[in-house]
Amino acid sequence: MLELVLVSTLNGVLYGMLLFLMASGLTLIFSMLGVLNFAHAGFYMLGAFFGFQISRFAGFWVGLVAAPVLVGGLGALVERYGLRNVHRHGHVPELLFTFGLAYVVEEVVQIVWGKLPVDYRVPGLLDGPAFTIFATNYPAYKVFMLCAALAIFAALLVALTRTRVGLVIQAALTHPEMVAMLGHNVQRVFMLVFGLGCGLAAMAGVIAGPSLVTQSNMAGLLGPILFVVVVVGGLGSLPGAFIASLLIGLIQTFAVAIDLSLGDAMGRLGVETVPSAGVLRDIWTVTVAQVAPVLPYLLLVLVLIVRPTGLLGTRDT
Amino acid sequence: MSAALVPDGPPSGSLSLRRSLLPLVPWVAAALVLLVAPHVLTSGIARTMMSLMGIMVVFALSYNMLLGQTGMLSFGHAVYYGLGAFFTVHAMNAVIRNGLPVPVALMPLVGGAAGLLFGIVFGSVSTRRGGTAFAMISLGLAELVSSSANILRSFFGGEEGITTNRTKLLRVFDLSFGPQLQVYYLIAAWCLISAAAIYAISRTPLGRMCNAVRENPERVQFVGYDPQLVRYAAFCLSAFFAGLAGALAAINFEIVNSSYVGLGQSGIVLLAAFIGGTGFFVGPIIGAIVVTYLQTMLSDVTPVWQLYFGHGPLLRARTIGRLLPAYGMAAVAAAAAAAGAIALIEMAVVALRPNEGSLTTLAGITLDLATAGPWLGGGALALAGAAALRWTAPRVRHAWERASGEARRTGRVA
Repeated sequence: MLELVLVSTLNGVLYGMLLFLMASGLTLIFSMLGVLNFAHAGFYMLGAFFGFQISRFAGFWVGLVAAPVLVGGLGALVERYGLRNVHRHGHVPELLFTFGLAYVVEEVVQIVWGKLPVDYRVPGLLDGPAFTIFATNYPAYKVFMLCAALAIFAALLVALTRTRVGLVIQAALTHPEMVAMLGHNVQRVFMLVFGLGCGLAAMAGVIAGPSLVTQSNMAGLLGPILFVVVVVGGLGSLPGAFIASLLIGLIQTFAVAIDLSLGDAMGRLGVETVPSAGVLRDIWTVTVAQVAPVLPYLLLVLVLIVRPTGLLGTRDT
Repeated sequence: MSAALVPDGPPSGSLSLRRSLLPLVPWVAAALVLLVAPHVLTSGIARTMMSLMGIMVVFALSYNMLLGQTGMLSFGHAVYYGLGAFFTVHAMNAVIRNGLPVPVALMPLVGGAAGLLFGIVFGSVSTRRGGTAFAMISLGLAELVSSSANILRSFFGGEEGITTNRTKLLRVFDLSFGPQLQVYYLIAAWCLISAAAIYAISRTPLGRMCNAVRENPERVQFVGYDPQLVRYAAFCLSAFFAGLAGALAAINFEIVNSSYVGLGQSGIVLLAAFIGGTGFFVGPIIGAIVVTYLQTMLSDVTPVWQLYFGHGPLLRARTIGRLLPAYGMAAVAAAAAAAGAIALIEMAVVALRPNEGSLTTLAGITLDLATAGPWLGGGALALAGAAALRWTAPRVRHAWERASGEARRTGRVA
């Protein structure tokens, strides 16, 4: 039991940190441009595929650096030549633009790399167990993922709160006109933040690629969860996104580990009657592990009912 | 709009009759087209496709009640479509099992009721706020329902879905609904009824308040209306018609699976409404017809139809179609660029697929992809087109700004 809790906690934190790498960029972009980037998970996927492609020629470590830079540049271009033009026409066209972009990214990835998973390998250095808890070998690569995510998180925190650029970004979030008056190029700051957000997502993609499956549907699988994180945490709130990422990471990891159904629980309480058929029986016999994919959305709906602004959100869209 | 233009004085008899009949002309014409169409295009595929178009038209119109009329961008409209379809299939099976005297023709009402019910439930959560928040909540709800569909197997039927048999229901006027033609007429009739109803709703005070909420919710609040309530009402009505469309789909296919409630279906209806144009009542109708046609025909031609499709919003998001002269100039360039790009993409698809050889046919020309010729040709075409497009772009932009400025002044665009 203790083993299960420990390993699940580690995995949950790891998953949560990966989610936060993406959610942080998404929520920053949202606070700046007021638009939710539906293609954000697409940039994560591009990161994984770029990383894979580069790793075949130059090794994993080059890919780890080069892929986020490339994708970040791509993101900046999208902002400069795509979103900025659409921005004039209001929010709904902007949302639709990113929605269409998500389609295009997925299709392009399918054309170039096909629909099957690609063989993205863990680098030899990290291929093996790091340590053993009870009887479980914990892979070294997962430890690396956790460390990398934490390092990026710390770097982001320092960059945003301690550096000049970070202060300009923070100021541009709330008072873009004033920042422009003070002589900063706010448009360029927006472009930078968009590129940075996409780069962070790509970094998450490169890190997660070898461990999870690098496949053309990975954006579609992760995208909706990302929105849950951002909404549950509160739109535009970075600390909120952090808490929500960890929360959802932990909830999902623990749920997958619990092989128990409502019927089992009731059985322990002494209720033995099983509904004969229909939807009730489904609910009765389905295990928590099977419900795991639904839980984030359930959490989303609950949070929206109880606290429509999200956990730490203050602004209404 | 036309009602306000009618003068107050008592008009002469024939004039007022003509005025009151005039709005009916398009509807009568539409009914005639629907009536005659399957006898002009008699092939099986044409009739099937027209049935699909009818379903899509209802679905897209219901979607436009949200996006075009009320300004609510939903990413989960397929939830109500799919649930309507599932409830219809279960209702049909129940009717067959119990031998109840209910004809197939009334089954769409079951789907509509199911859509309405879930619209009332989910709408109470999601319509509290408009804009981005609504869009995201609708996405969350869509994911919730579509991932539940894989768990609640007895209702959603898992991977293989739920089947039914439309011919086993009560027969009225000896209609078995076995042949596609009869199903087509059933769909056409419901399509016409729904379209008329949706149009009528847009003319009621509620429809007008929806437009007001789209334009400026704060002012609506000042006037004394509750924008949240208006959104809620529009949402429920829209869910009703989405459910109805789902029921028509269930009757047409006689099988429903969990992809009906999926995000893909929501995306397609969004594209249909948006490609056709959300600002006009006929926009989603045209969009639905185009999208259904592309879906059925383009998927035969190219395996990457969704790629071309995904460009729709990218293009539409920037443009409004009032710029024909400037567009004409750019169209040639764009066509060249697009043709080059499409050629490259198609060649890439073939080239990247192993075991299919290097020979391919594009637009009737056989190409050998192992040589550099086709690639250079395609690339040159795309680049030249793009360069020409770049040259015409400022002209188009100029025309666009003039057109949109004019539209803004006359108050036709927000």
